[in-house]
Amino acid sequence: MGRSEDTSERREGVVLTPEQEKSRRARNIAIGVAVALFVALFYFVTIVKLGGNVVPRAG
Amino acid sequence: MSDASFIIDEASAPRAPVAAPGDYFALLKPRVMSLVVFTALAGILLAPSAPHPFLAFASLLAIAVGAGASGALNMWYDADIDRLMTRTRRRPIPAGRLGREEALAFGLFLSVMAVFTLGLVANWLAAGLLAFTIFFYVVVYTMWLKRSTPMNIVIGGAAGALPPVVGFAAATGAVDLSSIVLFGVIFMWTPPHFWALALVKREEYGRAGIPMLPNVHGEARTRLEILAYSIALAPIGVAPYLLGFASPVYGLVALALGAALIACAVDVYLRREGERARRAAMRLFFFSIVYLSLLFMVLVVERLVALSSWLA
Repeated sequence: MGRSEDTSERREGVVLTPEQEKSRRARNIAIGVAVALFVALFYFVTIVKLGGNVVPRAG
Repeated sequence: MSDASFIIDEASAPRAPVAAPGDYFALLKPRVMSLVVFTALAGILLAPSAPHPFLAFASLLAIAVGAGASGALNMWYDADIDRLMTRTRRRPIPAGRLGREEALAFGLFLSVMAVFTLGLVANWLAAGLLAFTIFFYVVVYTMWLKRSTPMNIVIGGAAGALPPVVGFAAATGAVDLSSIVLFGVIFMWTPPHFWALALVKREEYGRAGIPMLPNVHGEARTRLEILAYSIALAPIGVAPYLLGFASPVYGLVALALGAALIACAVDVYLRREGERARRAAMRLFFFSIVYLSLLFMVLVVERLVALSSWLA
């Protein structure tokens, strides 16, 4: 019992400093924005490439 | 085994993340990236028929990210020597803000994304050329030539010269003489630009063990080669006008800039001692940046003017 409990307790001891937490949050936001822009890029590229081939179906 | 062996001290604890988004952005070498964007844009605009603006923008973005990825992989590999030079020691890895493994993963991920994005947005010839550019810069230049031969930046300069070719291929699906001429301009520009800096930073390069030309063959040989490359570069700079894909205005600008570049190189050749020699080398280094930027700016502006009058 003693060993695993001791290990987990001490691992929990690694606490981020406020500066590190701030950096992590900024990184998360940056990744989110990058993914959103990437999705938007491919959406518009698809629309442009399809171009005139997308026509409303009659009837 | 006692419980004491499980104690995780600060040194062996998992490294807490400290890198901010700005550190990852710095890995992309933004200043180099901006030059790549500019020269690739010139390549795109050389296309005989106007590419769709959004596809041109997306292609340019992919090329820029590919160039940035090369920068990240270069910083991953060169972290040991970056620590030894004042010019590079504040980069994110030597400054301790980012781990080497993170830079490697970031660079590889962006390389793959950039190549596949360019392939899907433009065509696979352009994507293949971008992949080759990244490979050439990281493996051929950074890993092999940079630390082994004074011709490192001559051959390695091909990687920096390829963006106009990639841009032209993205816009047309082909490679032609006009894009190869732009390749030639950047290829011949690279040695005098970097050797001028190497003359001033000779000791730092020596400390880092990089065999730049002044360290291996001496300053006299370097000054002579700077002059020779500058004399060879000037007419290649005028070639876009002579071959008919740039206006007489470009031709005149290229002629004047070429003459000024040769004058700076002559100055470097003649002034060999002390502060005057250092100043002459730095003047050539900075003027070479002006030279390349202005040449491509004139080319880009006149193609944009032609495009807007064609659309009007």
